[in-house]
Amino acid sequence: MSSLATTSQLSSSLTERRLPRWMPAVNLALAALLAVAIGAGFNLSSKPQWLLIAAILYVVIQYVTSAVVEGRRHAKNYVATSLVWVAFLLALLPLVSVLWMTISKGIGVINANFLTHSMNGVAINQEGGGLYHALIGTLEQVAIASLLAAPIGILTAVYLVEYGRGNKLSKAVSFFVDVMTGVPSIVAGLFILSFWIIILNMPFTGFAGALALAILMLPVVVRSTEEMLKLVPNELREASLALGVPKWLTITRVVLPTALGGIVTGVMLAVARIVGETAPILMLVFGADTINMDPFNNPQSSLPLFVWTEYSRGTDQSQARAWGGALVLIAVVMILNLVARGIARWKAPKGATR
Amino acid sequence: MAKRIDVSGLNAYYGNFRAVEDISMTIEPRTVTAFIGPSGCGKSTFLRTLNRMHEVIPGARVEGKVMLDDENLYGANIDPVAVRRTVGMVFQRPNPFPTMSIKENVAAGLKLNGVRNKKVVDEAVERSLRGANLWNEVKDRLDKPGAGLSGGQQQRLCIARAIAVEPRVLLMDEPCSALDPISTLAIEDLIGQLKEQFTIVIVTHNMQQAARVSDRTAFFNLAGVGQPGRLIEIDSTEKIFSNPSVQATEDYISGRFG
Repeated sequence: MSSLATTSQLSSSLTERRLPRWMPAVNLALAALLAVAIGAGFNLSSKPQWLLIAAILYVVIQYVTSAVVEGRRHAKNYVATSLVWVAFLLALLPLVSVLWMTISKGIGVINANFLTHSMNGVAINQEGGGLYHALIGTLEQVAIASLLAAPIGILTAVYLVEYGRGNKLSKAVSFFVDVMTGVPSIVAGLFILSFWIIILNMPFTGFAGALALAILMLPVVVRSTEEMLKLVPNELREASLALGVPKWLTITRVVLPTALGGIVTGVMLAVARIVGETAPILMLVFGADTINMDPFNNPQSSLPLFVWTEYSRGTDQSQARAWGGALVLIAVVMILNLVARGIARWKAPKGATR
Repeated sequence: MAKRIDVSGLNAYYGNFRAVEDISMTIEPRTVTAFIGPSGCGKSTFLRTLNRMHEVIPGARVEGKVMLDDENLYGANIDPVAVRRTVGMVFQRPNPFPTMSIKENVAAGLKLNGVRNKKVVDEAVERSLRGANLWNEVKDRLDKPGAGLSGGQQQRLCIARAIAVEPRVLLMDEPCSALDPISTLAIEDLIGQLKEQFTIVIVTHNMQQAARVSDRTAFFNLAGVGQPGRLIEIDSTEKIFSNPSVQATEDYISGRFG
């Protein structure tokens, strides 16, 4: 007690002086004014520089006013809050600018004709043409890859969590899944190229590309599903087993439905990862300017490949088409994500909030 | 209907650690038997050996004999899934299936075991919910999620789920420890009614509860940390709480433990 009393320099009052609510806004205006004055005075042409000066001035002014009126602790709090906001805005910056650039450059070519026609017979410096063939290719290849990778991945995760329980096989599988996560897409493409096309002598088709995409998708599906299954409380498994429900039914009817939202989200994230892959498609699907609905025969195209080929053709018209393709690709990924979120919300365990 | 349980020379292990040592006891049909004892003395472990839920934990195993009437639960050719249908279980924390409605929760045991007839299922749902004293509270919202009920209602839902598959024995592992006194009273009343049909075994840390609901009481204890739990004595509840034959039991019950 005595030591506490002697060392205590803190005021015993619970009230303290605070900056008025409008003060940060005034400081912000002041900082902006000063920045404009400095920028104009020193003839700085770069607008980001002005912004940076304003931001730094704001933090300094805010710190000083706060330190004078409220004390050091509040002043530090303002600085920390400002840093968090700056980090947030910096993280947003590339995202928004990519989106903005793609939309502004791509929206011009998007029309019904662009979405429903192929590049068949369209000269590189000619207006028109479309990406229907690429859209079809992407959707088919991604669908096949998902049909291959999702069941295998989910079943692998079920084995790891429900049956393996840290035995040697499951540890080995976990290890190789981790290794596979780091496989670059070009390596997956090379593997399918040498195994499927060169050794087995299969043709360049959408299916060959889908095989490589499935390899890339598999570890993501396994990892995310595994984490979701681990989140299912053990009590639910025990409750089901104690009802005399066999283990496989417990897994299919209780564990998987409980985790379904997360599993679907994981699969969709994996799809979003592979939908933009270019390298394996370039090697295995080969690319085509015509519509080929059949993924098992003859080369196809795909959206990333379309963007790449159109951009590399170098004319204004084809580069505009490339941006249009990029925009459609982003839209496809976004739609897939929205669908996944919808499913996750629809299937989420209910009743946590009454 | 209700069955007698006859345990002899039972040891339960987690890996190499013996958690329960050499337990023998008889549990009479249509009675409530309470297990009391300090934490870690193996009550719950022993309870879980009675419907082969112990071996669900990786590395866990059991030695000894558990006779359910004239069948040894640990004999050859015994299907653990069938055992668990005969010997139901209610857990410490209410654990309704979060993806299922109230009705689906109660029907889960039947549906997952292949009962498809809608009429049979609906009847079983109503009978079980009435049996668990929950019907009047939920009959208008059977299609609402089971996880939306209060804690006490959820636990009664779990009891309804357990009795819907018509087990012969009902094991309850501290069923009231997560509940308030009112819900506890509701469950205790329910136990009193259920013992007319089932053999009931209940693990509890609440001595008053053991005295209130049980006909017979078993006291478990362990010699020290890392030692296996043992059965000290089992007798009629009245005798255990008034005049136990072992000093340790009296110390534990009167709060002079340790």
